[in-house]
Formats: sequence, C-alpha cells, structure tokens
Amino acid sequence: MGVSERDPYTGHQTTGHEWNGIKELNTPVPRPVYFFLIVTASFGFVYWLLMPSWPLGTTYFKGLLGSDQRAVVQQSLQEAKLERAQWTDRIARESIAQVQTDPRLMQVVRETGPSLFGDNCAACHGRDARGNRGFPDLTADSWLWGGTPEAIAETIRVGINSTHPDSRTSQMPAFGRDGVLARKDIDNVVAYVRTLSDLPTADASPEAIAAGKSVFAANCAACHGEDGKGNTEMGSRNLTNRSFLYGSDTSSLVTTVFNGRQGHMPTWEHRLSALDRKILTLYLLDLRAARR
Amino acid sequence: MIGQLTRNERQGALLILIALAILGLAMAAVGRDDPLGGQGALVMVAALAGLFGVISRYYAPEPGPDRVSRYYDEPSKVGIIIAMGWVVFGLFIGDWVAWLLVDPNLTFHAAWSSFGRIRPVHTTSVIFGFGGNALIATSFYVMQRTSRARLPDQLSPLFVLFGYNLFCVLAVAGYMMGITQSKEYAEPEWYADIWLVVVWITYFVIYLRTLARRKEKHIYVANWYYLAFILVVAVLHIVNNLAVPVSFGHARSYSLFSGVQDAMTEWWYGHNAVAFFLTSGFLGMLYYYLPKVAGRPIFSYRMSIINFWGITFFYMWAGSHHLHYTALPQWVQTLGMTFSLMLLVPSWASAGNALLTLNGAWHKVRDDATLRFMMVAAVFYGLATFEGSFMAIRPVNSLSHYTDWTIGHVHAGALGWVAMITFGSIYASVPWLWKRDGMFSPRLVEVHFWLAVAGTVIYVMAMWNSGIVQGLMWRTYNDSGTLAYSFVDSVVAMHPYYIARAIGGLMFLLGSLVGCYNIWLTIRTAPQVAGRTASEFPDAAPIGAPVLQPGE
Repeated sequence: MGVSERDPYTGHQTTGHEWNGIKELNTPVPRPVYFFLIVTASFGFVYWLLMPSWPLGTTYFKGLLGSDQRAVVQQSLQEAKLERAQWTDRIARESIAQVQTDPRLMQVVRETGPSLFGDNCAACHGRDARGNRGFPDLTADSWLWGGTPEAIAETIRVGINSTHPDSRTSQMPAFGRDGVLARKDIDNVVAYVRTLSDLPTADASPEAIAAGKSVFAANCAACHGEDGKGNTEMGSRNLTNRSFLYGSDTSSLVTTVFNGRQGHMPTWEHRLSALDRKILTLYLLDLRAARR
Repeated sequence: MIGQLTRNERQGALLILIALAILGLAMAAVGRDDPLGGQGALVMVAALAGLFGVISRYYAPEPGPDRVSRYYDEPSKVGIIIAMGWVVFGLFIGDWVAWLLVDPNLTFHAAWSSFGRIRPVHTTSVIFGFGGNALIATSFYVMQRTSRARLPDQLSPLFVLFGYNLFCVLAVAGYMMGITQSKEYAEPEWYADIWLVVVWITYFVIYLRTLARRKEKHIYVANWYYLAFILVVAVLHIVNNLAVPVSFGHARSYSLFSGVQDAMTEWWYGHNAVAFFLTSGFLGMLYYYLPKVAGRPIFSYRMSIINFWGITFFYMWAGSHHLHYTALPQWVQTLGMTFSLMLLVPSWASAGNALLTLNGAWHKVRDDATLRFMMVAAVFYGLATFEGSFMAIRPVNSLSHYTDWTIGHVHAGALGWVAMITFGSIYASVPWLWKRDGMFSPRLVEVHFWLAVAGTVIYVMAMWNSGIVQGLMWRTYNDSGTLAYSFVDSVVAMHPYYIARAIGGLMFLLGSLVGCYNIWLTIRTAPQVAGRTASEFPDAAPIGAPVLQPGE
C-alpha cells in the first residue's frame, strides 16, 4: 500500500490507494449527508410509531394513530354516497318525466351522464353517441327497439342478443348464403329497398324494382312490414329513413341481405346499478332532445 | 475472437455448442406443438452458427504464452458492439410503441406487433440487451484493470457474453410469438430463466476468480458495485422466477406465488432490478470511467462506503412502494415508503460524490462531450432518485400511480442516467480498447450528446405533463359528486403529449445512430500508433508493469 499524498486542487489527503491511475481522496463525509440521514431516519421512526408498520409474528404493529386504509376508503365512500344522496334518491324514486321537468336533477344527469356513457358505451357508440358502422346513432330518432324511455331503459338492462335470459333477440337471415334468394333476387330487392328512402336507383330498371317489390313482400315484409317501416317489437329496421346501420350503398345492402345481420349489445343489468341505467336513459333522451 | 482461444478452449467451446444444439433440437422436438418448438429451433440455429464460427477458425494459430501479460479485452470489444446494436433496436421499437400510442393503427394488423408484445420487446432490448451487454463489457474491462489481474480464462467470458445474448434473443423473439409469464421485466419463461441462471453463475464465478487473483490489496469501489449487481441480480432472478412449467413440452409455467404475495415478490424483484441492475452496475461504471476521463481522484472514499451500504440496504425494502393502496397490507406499504425516503440520502450522496469529483476538471466537462455525458448522467441520477423517493410517499403516489408520470420517471432514469453514463463510458473505452487516439469525430459525440439531452428533456417533460393531467382528470369531481371525466376523455387529453414524447424518443434514437456511426468509423480507421508504444495509450499498460505507487 502506498502512502497518502495531498491533492493540490482540494487540499485533501488521498487514501494512498491507486487503481490503474485512479486515486481516492480521504475527504470526510460532508455534514449534510449525516444530517439528512438522521432526518429521514427520524421521520421513518416517527412514522413507524404512528402508522401500521412492523410485523409481529402473525400480526403487526397497528400504529398509535390506528390508521387503516380499508376503513379510510370505506368511510370516504360512505361520505360520498351521503353527499350524492340528495339527488340519487330523487332520481331513483321519481318518474322519467318528473325528473325531466326538474332543472336541478337534469343538471346532475348532464354532469354524470357523459362519464357513465364515456366509460361504458362510447367504445361502440362513439364519445358523442353518434354511433359507428354497425352501432346505432343514439341521438337520432330511429330506434330499433323503440325510443320511448321505457324501451331505452329495457334495452340497456337486457342488451341485444346478449347472455341475459330476457335479452332482446333479433336475427336477420342470411338470404343469399342460405340459398333462400338467388343473387338476381337480392339485387332486385336491394334496388327496391333503396327506393323506399328515395335513394337513387338509376342503374336498376323499373322491371327490376317491381320484381324486387314482390321479393320484398314474400321475404322481408314479415319483419320489416309491408311498408318497410320496421317493427320495434322485433328490432327490425325502418327502411324508409336512410339511417342504415351497415351502409346504404348497393354493395353494403347486398352484403346485408346475402349474409344477414346479427347485432350485439351486452346486458348492463349486472354491470351498472338501476340508478346508473336510469341516468343513462335520461342522458340519451336529453341528447336526442338537444339535437332535435 | 476464436483465434484468442487455446486449442483446449476451442474444444471446450465445441462441446458446449454441440450440447446446446442438441438441447435446442430436443426443445424443438418435444415442444413441436407449442411456441416452445420455435424457441428450441432458435437455440439450435444459434448453436449451429456458433459451431460454424468455431470450426472455421479451429486451426488458426493459437495465442502465444505472452497473452497472460495482457488484459483480455475481446469480450469487452464484442460486448460494446452488441450493446450498440441492442440500443438501436430497442430504441427503435420503443419509439414505435410511442407512435403506436399516438395512432393505434400502427400495428399494421399483425399479432406480433401489438402493443402488449412490442412493449416488453422494447423494455427487454434496452434494459437487458443494451444495459446488460454494456455492464458485462465494461465490468470485464474495469475488473481486470482495477485488480491488475487477467480474466481467469478466455472461454468463460465469451460463454457469459454470448449465453446472455441468447437469453435476450429468446426473450424478445418469445414475446413476439406471445410467450410471456406476465411479470414486468421478468417476462421470459422458465427455460430461458434457467439458462440465464447458468450464464449468470458463470459470470459471478469469473468475477470472484479474477478478484481472488488481484494484485491490488484493496478492492476498488467500482468492483463492489459490479459485484453487488451480479450477486443480487442472481438472487432476485431466481426467487422471482420460481415457477412450475405445465410440462417440459410447453413454454407456459405457473408461478410459485399467487395473489398479493406474487405482486410483492414481483415488485421486490422489479424495484431491485432498478437498484442493482440499473443503479449499482452503472455506478460501478461511473466510479471507473468518470475519474479516469476527468483525471481527478474520487472526491471522498468515505462517502463511497456510506453510499454503497446505504443503497444496498435501503433498496431492499423499497419495492412495496409500487403497491401503495392495493391489497398489500398497509404495514408493508409503510416500510416501503419510509425506506424509500431514507434511500434518497445515499443516492444524492452518490450523485454528489460524482459531481464533486469533477471539481478541478470542469474545463474538461466543458470541452469534452464524453465527460459531459457522465456529468449529465450524475445530474439525472440525482433528479430521478429524488423523484423516486417523492413518488414513494403514499399521498403523492395516489396521484402519480398508474399515470404517465411513472413512465416519465423511469425514462429520466433510463435515458438520463443509465444511457448517458453508458454512452460516456463507451466513448471513453472505444479508443482505449481499439488503441486509437480518440473517437473518429469528437464533433459527432457532441451531436449525440445534444440529441440525447434534448430528447430526454422533451420526453420527460411530456410525461410529467401528461401524467399529472391524467392523475388530476381521474380524480376530478363535478358539483354532483360524480367523476367529471370518463377514462377516454383522459386518453384524448394525452394525445399532444404522446406526440411530443415520440419526438423526444426519436431524437434519442437518432443520437444513438450517430454514436454507432462514429464508433464504427473509429474502429475502421487505422490505429495511429506510428512512433508510439502501446503503453502510451491510457489503459494499455501490461499487467506485469503497474504504475509504480508512491512509497513502493
């Protein structure tokens, strides 16, 4: 081992060791290091005394303050529930129509609805509830299963083609794939359907449209009605208002008729409380009213 | 590389590679109906490539007996090159993941490129691929010089280096095939974990054997840190990965721990991976390269001792701060939080020891980007450890947990500290290893430095903002007492920050590409040894001729 030497820059002694040219100064540990070690350690000791800290065999030291994170959470949940009770009870108790006439309660609906809708419904229906291909626009007037408050609440509760025993069920048959209709018939009926909502049918002859009309009467009218206005009892689409879920262009419609369509909406009965579902119903009605 | 091995070692290498090829074949056969088969094929291909390499140089002349008078630097050279390869790959994937968060369509509809698969590819590539190779390369280099002893043999260091990289490749390829045991930073499955244990224990033995043969009385600080890194990572890795495979023919295994015990074991591992992989190992690097390049003695030997034991002791307790406000019993959280706060003192003292070492050499920091990399690394080390202790406080954590703040914190450490100290050390050691006057272009080192600093600052700032915005949006209530924002609202609010983050990451990636180019040109240029003896290079002194110490 070598002897220590004095570093000319700092004036401190080296330790006398050298490793491939690296030396070390024997500088004493600066005071602040000890100071903050003591401060942080003291904080630790005090905190251990006050809070649940060290294990003691099968139990642990509970701390002088008796803090318990579970109790804290339960208490703050309870407090939040009490705070909300001033309006939750009323919304739960009163009818939809009554709530709609109360500006204070509608204020709650407009504040609470967006996050409920955003966290549960927006993934399919979009953040603005305007829908996506295959997922209905909830601000429009066209409702597959009815747009009354009761019908909307029931759809949210049981879902469509869901696992709920009371689920709304609808299934449009695959007319082409299952060989019910020939391709020619499908083209004709699509041309006819487009006339129902005044979509241009320039590439179809009047004879084709007429043929399509009889195909419609024989195969489609049972669900969609003679006039094509649909039936909310069985979730069949109104074909006269252009709000086609899967596209209104000829090729989309041909695909729809050929393969059929089976939409799916989950049941929310076990995911959302009755109150939350009621708020969502009110929120949707309010969105629709605002758009009218 | 093979030319440096003796005939016996070449035969040893052949035996190992043949055994490995048979093992790979067995895995491929037994696991043919499972992703394990693909991994086995990968092992076999790697072993066959190795066999080809050894056989093609099998009859090359053996190294002379004078080899023992020189340090064995081949593994360090290869390790540095591999590390630079991993960093480019890992940063590229990382930036891809960042852009994926800007536009989710950038998976291009493939399963292997989905977020859940390429994110661990990024973390494994940069932490284990880049960081691990850099640690192996520099530890061999530093250990030999500070012990004045050659590595015990020529084969085992290469086994460690290539075996370790086989582990990394298995891990990364496995994630893309959908193999993971779903533990953060410990995603590889049982067979890869067992392989890493073999490699790691070899590494540990090499280290101990070299230390045992050291010609210096005292063990230098850098070696304490490297040794702590190797030893503790072995313990962490073995405990956290205890698992029972479904069968020898399946990649899937089930952890020995369940529920909150599993979570606690994982974060005891995870936080100590930060401590002993990303801190201890890189402090070893800092303690050698910083004083060496600065030409200054370490500021305080005594502080080194306090810091080393402080960091080693306190870190062990801190892992539970990852599980605040969870099913983990509160008393464990209390211990995690309080020890995290105590940890700040030795952490800052380490950063301080590094920065105070630069006193008397600040003009070099100004002029030399290599040293500046190390200085900035020490600053970011201080910054990230302060932030870490702060975020470990329970009420602070209730805001920061699960947000991008955590991501920002990790990257302040990973980009600012780990990557910067590594780049600084690599820029210092490349000319020493390849016997050049200096890097090919000091100006390109400058370019890399500024790209790295700017990229890190942009990244970290973006994540601080997005993290705090996120945390606040998640806890904002309206007058009705319900949440003001849905989750998707917070996702929309993140968009601008995600763009900024991806740009910061891109700058960091560009910097590392500049680094690769510069290193490649440095290696390619002919050595400027005309009229100079090898010993004039700073680190080239032969083992037998140490610098004479005062008083000897």
